[in-house]
Amino acid sequence: MSTIIEKPEAAAKLAAAPAFNREGLIFEHSKKGRRGYSLPALDVPRRELSDLLPAELRRDTIDDECEVSEVDVIRHFTRLSKLNVSIDAGLYPLGSCTMKHNPRINEEIARIGGFAQSHPMQPEDQVQGNLELLWNLEQSLKEILGMPRVTLQPVAGAHRELTGILMIHKALATGGNARKYILIPDSAHGTNPASANFAGYGIRELKSNSRGTLDLDLLEKQVDEDVAALMITVPNTLGVFEDQITAIAGILHRKGAYLYCDGANLNSFVGIARPGDMGIDVIHSNLHKTFSTPHGGGGPGAGPVGVSERLIPFLPTPTIEKGDDGSFFLDYNHAASIGRVRAFNGNFGVLVRALTYMRSMGPTGLRRVAQLAVLNANYIRARLKAAYHLPYDAPSLHEVVFSDRNQTSRDVHTLDIAKRLMDYGFHPPTIYFPLIVAGALMIEPTETEPKEELDAFCDAMLAIATECEERPELVRSAPHTTPVRRLDEARAARQPILRWKP
Amino acid sequence: MRYIPNASEDIREMLAVVGVDSIDRLFETIPDAVKLDRLLDLPGPWSEIEQRRWFNGLARKNRTAVDHDSFLGAGAYSHFQPACVDQLLLRSEFLTSYTPYQPEVSQGTLQSIFEYQTHQCLLTGLDVANASLYDGSTALVEAVLLAERVSRNRKKVVVAQSVHPHYRDTVTTYVQNLGLEVVEVPWGPDGRIDPEQLRDACTDDVMAVAVQSPNFLGVIEDYASIASIADGVKATKIAVIAEASSLGLLSPPGAHGFDVAVGEGQAWGIAPQFGGPYVGFMVVRDVLKRHMPGRLVGETVDVDGRRAFVLTLATREQHIRRGKATSNICTNEALIALAANIYLSLMGREGLREVAVQCVQKAAYLRQQLATTGLAEIPFSGPIYNEFTVRTSRPASEVLAAFAEQKILGGVAIGEFFPELQNDFLVAVTEMNTREQMDRYVEVLRGVVTKEAR
Ligand SMILES: Cc1ncc(COP(=O)(O)O)c(C=O)c1O
Repeated sequence: MSTIIEKPEAAAKLAAAPAFNREGLIFEHSKKGRRGYSLPALDVPRRELSDLLPAELRRDTIDDECEVSEVDVIRHFTRLSKLNVSIDAGLYPLGSCTMKHNPRINEEIARIGGFAQSHPMQPEDQVQGNLELLWNLEQSLKEILGMPRVTLQPVAGAHRELTGILMIHKALATGGNARKYILIPDSAHGTNPASANFAGYGIRELKSNSRGTLDLDLLEKQVDEDVAALMITVPNTLGVFEDQITAIAGILHRKGAYLYCDGANLNSFVGIARPGDMGIDVIHSNLHKTFSTPHGGGGPGAGPVGVSERLIPFLPTPTIEKGDDGSFFLDYNHAASIGRVRAFNGNFGVLVRALTYMRSMGPTGLRRVAQLAVLNANYIRARLKAAYHLPYDAPSLHEVVFSDRNQTSRDVHTLDIAKRLMDYGFHPPTIYFPLIVAGALMIEPTETEPKEELDAFCDAMLAIATECEERPELVRSAPHTTPVRRLDEARAARQPILRWKP
Repeated sequence: MRYIPNASEDIREMLAVVGVDSIDRLFETIPDAVKLDRLLDLPGPWSEIEQRRWFNGLARKNRTAVDHDSFLGAGAYSHFQPACVDQLLLRSEFLTSYTPYQPEVSQGTLQSIFEYQTHQCLLTGLDVANASLYDGSTALVEAVLLAERVSRNRKKVVVAQSVHPHYRDTVTTYVQNLGLEVVEVPWGPDGRIDPEQLRDACTDDVMAVAVQSPNFLGVIEDYASIASIADGVKATKIAVIAEASSLGLLSPPGAHGFDVAVGEGQAWGIAPQFGGPYVGFMVVRDVLKRHMPGRLVGETVDVDGRRAFVLTLATREQHIRRGKATSNICTNEALIALAANIYLSLMGREGLREVAVQCVQKAAYLRQQLATTGLAEIPFSGPIYNEFTVRTSRPASEVLAAFAEQKILGGVAIGEFFPELQNDFLVAVTEMNTREQMDRYVEVLRGVVTKEAR
């Protein structure tokens, strides 16, 4: 039993979750003879299986698979769902993740039979509706990003990073020297160096300056004949815009290198400025962030990549083209292409949702997104900066990064503050990222939060700051009201149990 | 603006707290030179009424299984999609939550992934499954990269030519700068990988052998004999499963000594939706678990001793290991893995088998009808699951166009991938196809072929 069960008023939201008697595994609900499905009777003459398949190609049973009824399944997953918090239930301020409202019309449109049941290997004349949709999405993204072409193939941020770096590699290799390194600021997301590595490059890390941005002199020194590209996040993971971005592009271009932009934070400037106007050669956008497609507990996503003129020949295949007669087709005829980055045509269902969202918003709405995302973040910043340390105080856009420096003297740390927030009914911010901030608390509210919710969150953060002073143990031992409390993570890694066994 | 709650009064109050007089002031760090001095040139804003009108108009331009008989496969299949699956996916707590980095408030997602991992192990006969990869093609890439990590500097991977061509192309793209060599081995007359050529290709610098079963031509490979050849050079054995429902009846790769099973889980209740989102799966032998790409969920306890689930062995991953991670993957296909978990649970041990049995029986029926009527040739004699290659006297694209006129999506032409097979196409039959549809299929084909003869 927990020793302290102290429940602030705001935790009422979570109280609905069953704290004890947790739901067993679906396999533990299994009982012989239960059925959760029905199928039509076989309507062709039944032949002996042994006539159709030799015994060594068959299995007799799927040992230990479950037998449950539809009722068991619905109850089980409904109960499981209640153990999660979600954006639909309230602010989910994960920095860098852009947890915004997921409109339901998007879900409805993606489920239209003509889209959902269309097949990826059909000839083009049978899927003109899909191709027209994708073509329109590319046109819209070209305008939003200010880039002359966009591929819709990649299905996540990391996937699009790999795609982008492979294009740069191919372009440089075509010129005779693929070069050896990608420059990556120390504030970058972990996927950046990982993607660069799998694209065949070594990594040179760039130190951020005291504003958290790049130092041009340092950059100038680092960019030599071995550097293929700089991978930069705009605004960076502190939410700070690289105001020298065009000068940065100039430095790279003069040395024959490329400027690669991680566009995960596009939500902060969509409709206000365009990467293509900043000298950026590759920009990707996470449709599961800026364009409102649901995160689904970790995926799926979609990560279109926009490229500058000189990288167009290297785009992955296929591209979507409009013929002279107005019909649409998939074009594989790109001799210099890096090739195919995934089977079929990207995460089409996610792309449909994103286009629906773009049309819901229109140009005025998208601009409003950036404006309110930035206002909301700055409001939180203003309300919390007296209580929490701001390690970089340069003006920030859509997110704000605090640290636990004011609290560590009471031996309370970022992790504790994050866990305590759960007792107040909020999902914690992103923690311990970016790595350049010790004890980072990275808060991104997005534009879809009403002021009352921001206030409730700030009130909770301020109350926790007071608790850190007055009752640090309460914070250190949080959470107290969640379905489970802190986990023994070391044990999970030391003696991994990665599946159920009977 | 229905998705942006704050209106003018809120904005005024917030600006006062921030201490600026307009929102524009908050954007001063973006240099004027790169600021857009106009609105984006985009359609909208549209109301829901307008959205429905426009998107429905587009959807109507597609031909789909909604109003056609579908025999399409080649890596994406038309299977039963139980109503429960989508209804549960729409629950806010699953749909609109993020990656379960904070386990105390994400036990629903974590436990579901743990169950999903368990289903994968039971189905493939292997030990450890991850939380999902993007799709079947990138799952194969990850398997090849895993094999390279454990290979002690071998650089050659042998891939059957009968692995889905999109998968092979994706591998080629990914490894282009990694110094790996891909050697392709053709099939023999029965449509299975040619054992002699496989033996020749398996030199002692080969780090992995990858075969798909049922393969792209529809033929079931003989895992046992492939494993024994690959074992001769101690190569990692990778099984690719592009039709996951086959695991309900076919002997799984784990039962034949394979080290890694990867594949596409779309058949588990996921709509074909023009290619994605789907769910890539990877299951490995226990000794390989610390080389695994992607997220893994493990069981542990909380401070009160209650069972709980958590992301684990994370030191393999990009957010910790950065440039040295086992993969760059971060966002995966969690919601689709949840759909697969719900589907697999509902169907269960008996349902999964029954789906697979119906697939085998029905495909055998249609294949036999086509062969006995002499309307089509069955070029590959090997055993099949629910898909097979058909050859007629006319180019496949013409035959399939004629089918489409009769509201039949008759198959997938493969001449684009194998130029010598211009008259060949793949026909897939599942529990969704009725005998009546298949009999009509035969009649329509008769018309198409005899029209040619006249
Ligand atoms: C700045 C940044 N870059 C890259 C990524 C990776 O994107 P994904 O998770 O879609 O692969 C993320 C998100 O997780 C991010 O916040």
